[in-house]
Parts: sequence; C-alpha cells; structure tokens
Amino acid sequence: MFRLRGAHVALAVAAVCLISGGHAFAATGDDPLQSPQWTDLKDRYLGTAKVVFDPRVVVSGPKVAEDSMNVPVGIRITGLTDVRRVLVIADLNPIVKVLEFSAKGAMPSLHFRMKLQQGSPVRAMAQTADGVWHVGGIWIDASGGGCTAPSVGRSSANWTETLGQVQSRIWQGEAQSRVKLSIMHPMDTGLAPGIPAFYIERLSLQDATGKEWMTLDTFEPVSENPVFSFDFTGPPPAGLTLVGRDNNGNRINAKVAQ
Amino acid sequence: MIAAPLRNLVGRAFAALILGIVLHAPHLAAEPLDYRLEPRKIADDTWVLIGKTEDFNRINGGNIVNTAFVVTTDGVVVIDSGPSRLYAEQMRRAIARITPQPVIRVFNTHHHPDHFLGNQVFADVPTAALASTIAGQRQEGAAFTDNVYRLSGDWIKGTESTPARETVGQGVTVIGNHEFQLMALSGHTDGDLVILDHSTGVLFAGDLVFYNRAPTTPHATVAQWFAALDRLDAISYRTMVPGHGDPVSDGRAVRQTRSYLRWVEGTLRQAAERGDEMAEVLGLAVPAEFAAIPLSREEFARSVAHLYRRYEAATLNRPH
Repeated sequence: MFRLRGAHVALAVAAVCLISGGHAFAATGDDPLQSPQWTDLKDRYLGTAKVVFDPRVVVSGPKVAEDSMNVPVGIRITGLTDVRRVLVIADLNPIVKVLEFSAKGAMPSLHFRMKLQQGSPVRAMAQTADGVWHVGGIWIDASGGGCTAPSVGRSSANWTETLGQVQSRIWQGEAQSRVKLSIMHPMDTGLAPGIPAFYIERLSLQDATGKEWMTLDTFEPVSENPVFSFDFTGPPPAGLTLVGRDNNGNRINAKVAQ
Repeated sequence: MIAAPLRNLVGRAFAALILGIVLHAPHLAAEPLDYRLEPRKIADDTWVLIGKTEDFNRINGGNIVNTAFVVTTDGVVVIDSGPSRLYAEQMRRAIARITPQPVIRVFNTHHHPDHFLGNQVFADVPTAALASTIAGQRQEGAAFTDNVYRLSGDWIKGTESTPARETVGQGVTVIGNHEFQLMALSGHTDGDLVILDHSTGVLFAGDLVFYNRAPTTPHATVAQWFAALDRLDAISYRTMVPGHGDPVSDGRAVRQTRSYLRWVEGTLRQAAERGDEMAEVLGLAVPAEFAAIPLSREEFARSVAHLYRRYEAATLNRPH
C-alpha cells in the first residue's frame, strides 16, 4: 500500500514552489537581519552609493518592545571618522524613516524613543565623507499598534499649553558629557483616525555664537514628548540652545539648563 | 560555500520540508487543550491551583497564575478566575470533582488578565472586585484579551473580557462557616484586593506578592506597593498564597518581593540621576540574588519601560 509520507509532500510542495518561481522567498541580499524589505529600502534611501554592514555602527534597544509607543533606541558610532550624516529607519514600520542627524561637533551618537507598529529591524546608516554608507542594526520585536494609536496627550485638555516646552539637563564629565532633552509634543503620525500628522521636523543644538553642534530631521515615528540624549567629548559647549520647528510652523527655542 | 542560486534552492526545499511536516502532523492540532489543573489542598476547605512561574506562551496557555477556592457550608468561593474561558471551564470541573457544592461567589484580586479572564464562565455567580479593579477591567479588558490571544493562541479562543459585576470594599464577609476579611490595598495596580480567611488563617495576597517569579510592574506604583507589603507583614496568617509562585508559611515571599522591588527602584533612580538612557539601563547587570529568580531579566527590561520615565523626568530642569 502506498502511503503519502511527509517527505513526499515536501518534495511535491518544493516542486510547486520552483515552478511558481518561489515568490514567497524574497531576496534579502546580504542583510544580516534578513529583512524582506532591505534591498528595496537600500535602493530608496542610499541609492547607488557603496554600502557596508559595519560593526562600528552599534544600535541598542530592547529585544521586545514592552511599550510600542516608546521604544528606546541608542546609536553609537565608534572608530569611524568623518561621519557626515546618520539615517535611522525601521524597515517594517508604515513610516520607515525615523530621523536623520548630523553631528557637527557632538559625538556621532544619539539616544531617542520611537513608535513601532510591529516587529522590525531598526537600522542606523552612517555616511562617511567618502560617500560610503556604514550600516548597523538590530531586530526589535513588538506586539504593535505604536503608529496607529492616538497620542496619549490628546486625552488631556491642556496639551496645547505645554506644546514645545523643553526640559533638559547636562551631565558634565571630564572625558564625556551628555545633554538630555525632553520636548512636549504629540508627534501625531497621521495614521490614527481623524488626527492629521503633526510632528517636530527640525531640531538644532546651537551654542552661544549660533554655531550648530547637532542637527536633526525628525519624522512621525519619533515618540510623543520625545526625549533625546546627545553626547560630547569633554565638556559641552557653553550656552547651548535648542532651536526647532514642527510641520505646522510652531517654533521651539529653549536654553539648555545647566 | 554554496553558490547563491543553489543556496536559494536549498532554502526553498528546506522551507517546503518544514511545511510538509506541519501539513503532515494533524495529531498536533487534534490534541485537546488541557490545562491539567490539579487542586492542591493547603488548609481545611481550601485548595489552590498553582500556575507555572513562566510568562504567557502557547504551551502553558496562560496557566501562569495561582487561583484558589474555598469550600464553605454555603457553597464555593473562588479567588481569581484564570486567564481564559477554557481555564475557568476546567477549573469548574476540577472544583466539581472535589465538592458537589455550587460556586456561589468569585473574587478578582485585581484587573490583570490572568486573574479575571475566566469570569465569563461564572455568569451564574456574583463576581466581585474593588471599584478600581472593575474600572481597569472595563477599560483594558478587551486589549488584554487581544494581547493574551497573541501570546497564547488557541487556549484563549472564545474568551471575552467580562468585568466583575459587584463592587466590594474593605470589611468582613461571612460566607457559610468562613469569615473573610477583605483588604483594599494598591501598589501592584490601583486596586489590589487581599483576602484573609480568618477561619483557616490563609492569606490570599494576589499579585502584591510574587515568590520565585519576578514581579511585574505594568500598572505599579512602587511607593504604594512597599506600603502594602508592610501591611501584609503586620498580618498574622498560617499560609500565604502569592499571586505567582508556591504558597509559603512565613514572610519569605514578601521579603523577596520587597527586596526585588527595592533593587529595581534603586537601580532606576540611580541610573536616571547619572543621566543614563533607557537603552543603556536595559543593559545593566542583574545581581546574582535576583538573577536567580525566574524571569528577572525579562521583567527588569519590562519595568524599565514601565517606570523609568518617571525617575528620568525628575532629573530634568525647566530652562531659565
């Protein structure tokens, strides 16, 4: 008697897959995170420039996002000189681009919190002066909903009164210093029903002379009431001010508290 | 090294093989979901169903919680209804194997899903909880159910969040030959009901106490939690049933819960004061004393998400 055993089924299915071209198995290229989106995203954001996966670009965060509205992410780039700009993307988020920063005097590192709609790679892509993109990343699992839920502050009547307020602190060390900032803002993604996108799109950390030490272009996936930490080699510049604006033209201008 | 096209081919064949095995294993799907609830008698008239000291998964089906029942001369009092409809159905059958007495009352110790999602199976029985617990069940029950379904799958099928229908407060309730003292505490959540059965000396502590399972903090107010633990220390009891972990006959479970929470609080406060970022705090080492407690690494990471921003906010200044 002939019995259809598992192996036979497998061979049959394999044959079907081969005939149909196996579209279910998208090419992930050489991506260490094996993301189905990577080759497309690489073309979209990095174009034809040379791209290398580089262990000097370190992304840190939780394995699992307990709070998908506030997923902490750290980016640290060590041993890479002449980093011009750093792009942060989450492959599988409905809005992929999270932020972009240029450390113009600050260390090429950044901490922030973001929304994740589902488990996704989170990548930092650093471009050096020679045009090469150095990519590092981690996979963060998430139960989801971070991007399509309304911001928490919307439920309080007076969120407009605190819009754009900044709280800050400087931790000064001899070798390294940190500036931590929190900004009151709903950072609405536009994906929650009936609430248009409303988010901070530009931030700049300037010293008393107006020189920029760090600039950021931020997008919808950055968390509500965002918190950023910037690191400096040695003491921070004197008289730091945070200057910025949101996509509705509201201005942010706050002295960083010592 | 295998050339790329061949590697793809091998990958496809392997995936297909896995698919083939899954398709060819109907016995896995056909096996009935059985929580294997075995009531353990801990005092006269008093049984507990001890859950695993694990997180929700598709193998334990959410049987990660301690529930209990007391057989009084008037009927059975149930303390917490478990994580799902299926659990509560099997719990009622387990009760029926022990006593012909009907269930006449259900208490929910707090609003977390593993403690009340079995309520729908007790539609014929008064279900009772603190007012703040009922508010939490109404507000978050549906989201809890979705989340538990995501974590435990088929075990949760057909489960609908059913908030308790009766509000109870502090006081003494006599049911049959048992006198229950109800205490309205808070700290693990906004409403933590502790029940002391004066007739047996059994103290049902709910999730104010975890034993050999790291405490969870999604709705915690740590200062209130410490105050509640001090209250528990002042009570004399013969046996304490923690919300998770084995029953104890002395203060060891309270001590463990307190020292773990002190460590979490101290660690987060110090980290905030030195300017650490959340992603850095996640990487801090768990001391050996707490690393030995199951799930401490995972729960510490979750607690960072729940609690850290409060400590951090206290370190930031308004600009001048």
